Amino acid sequence: MNHCQFCGSPATVHLTDIVHKKKREMHLCEGCARKHNLLPSDPGPQLNLHALIQLIVGPQAGPPAEPDDPAALICPSCGLQYAQFRADGRLGCPAEYDTFRAALEPLLERVHRGTAHVGKVPRAVRRTRRAAELDDLRALLADAVAAENYEEAARVRDRIRAREAVE
Amino acid sequence: MNLDTLLPNLGEWLRGNGPESDVVVSTRIRLARNLAHFPFTNRASAAQKTEVEAKVRDAILKADLPGRLTYLRVDTLPALDRQFLVERQLISRELAGVLDGPRGVAFDDKESVSLMVNEEDQLRLQVMRSGLALDEAWQTIDSVDDILETRLTYAFHDQFGYLTACPTNVGTGMRASVMVHLPALGLTKQIEKVFRSLQKINLVVRGLYGEGSRASGDLYQISNQVTLGRSEPRVLQEIREVITVILQYERQARAALMKEKRQAEQDRVARAIGTLGSATMITSEETMELLSAVRLGIHLHLLDDLPATTVNQLFIHTQAAHLQKIMGAPLDGEERNAARAKYLRNRLRELGANPR
Repeated sequence: MNHCQFCGSPATVHLTDIVHKKKREMHLCEGCARKHNLLPSDPGPQLNLHALIQLIVGPQAGPPAEPDDPAALICPSCGLQYAQFRADGRLGCPAEYDTFRAALEPLLERVHRGTAHVGKVPRAVRRTRRAAELDDLRALLADAVAAENYEEAARVRDRIRAREAVE
Repeated sequence: MNLDTLLPNLGEWLRGNGPESDVVVSTRIRLARNLAHFPFTNRASAAQKTEVEAKVRDAILKADLPGRLTYLRVDTLPALDRQFLVERQLISRELAGVLDGPRGVAFDDKESVSLMVNEEDQLRLQVMRSGLALDEAWQTIDSVDDILETRLTYAFHDQFGYLTACPTNVGTGMRASVMVHLPALGLTKQIEKVFRSLQKINLVVRGLYGEGSRASGDLYQISNQVTLGRSEPRVLQEIREVITVILQYERQARAALMKEKRQAEQDRVARAIGTLGSATMITSEETMELLSAVRLGIHLHLLDDLPATTVNQLFIHTQAAHLQKIMGAPLDGEERNAARAKYLRNRLRELGANPR
């Protein structure tokens, strides 16, 4: 162990500087290092800047955490904090796939190398989708008929029939 | 229901006679589903869990599902019964002990379908098949899912698909697992190489009892990791391709073993039978290792008299909860080891199992 080169007690501060390619080492005890202003004086309580700003301008005015850190996001539906999800890997409710979407997408991309579902869709959802599609087509048909564009109307009618044929 | 009535049955996954059953023990597919308008189980209040359990149980019991279903409230079952169901792969370890609150399971007489309620996801459907049968398992679970969906509104998202508590399951909510017995690849130390290549293509290897469990008795479960962005048939096809390759490797390794080390292998199998038939204390671990040798011995025709399904029966009956049910008394670790040895001695004597 090295000893302080000033007072001989065990050295806890070790300095190395290199000047003109020459290495120079110094070993000091904490007291002597402080005396020579090599250490900052006692580390006082750190000033929490964020807390100070909040105190002065009120809680709303402070930036809502950093935009790229979603940890503070809270699900309005079930109250789960994103930070909590990050800790235990479980979401709280279905709504979070929208609430936390921006944060979840990169994660899903990493895990699945994809961010959009391909595959089975519940029958109820398929039915709703098909109904909406048919509504759109019927509106197109009405427009085409009103415009006396019968060629277009026939095309749309065929598409409607084809759609209706699929259960 | 008295679960002891299940004891003489083997359950679908241990039937032992499906396609490629020399290597593939069983195929299992599970689907994760949740109800719209409810928090996921881990965030649900006691009242919400009660409501979900009632809703899903009602749907299960009223739906016209194939096979006669038994529904059990897992939270009111004795610990031994829960462990028993875990060993039969009818419920997960989480449903048995980690989770709390009202939760249940429905399964059919053949133990080929199991529906868990208030697991990590509110509904976990599972279909099991003996051997390699991914298509059959998918067809069954797809139709069970369709039937239940007529009575339940699932949480489904246009972009993300079926929503699940854990984002690793979102999308299809499907995990397909194939349980394979790979003793020859283990003996010839090629197994690590095979598994490293699996990781590159996003398939996961687990031990017998799922996540976190270690592989024992050379049994491994190979399953898909990806659930978002690939359709169910595509994922199943990827698994099938990989299993086909693994089958080939294992069979080649077995053939090489028989060609180069037949005598040594014969000796190993004979010693395994000998130990199983004469030990007075034996752990579950050692039993699994020895049964693995016996299973291989049967497929390599190094043993006669012993049908492959016997190994499956010994395998399930020597697990802790099964053993205690057979003995009709709770047993601690040491007592279990003695009871297990006694059971094996008696059974092997009855079977007259002899090395060839």
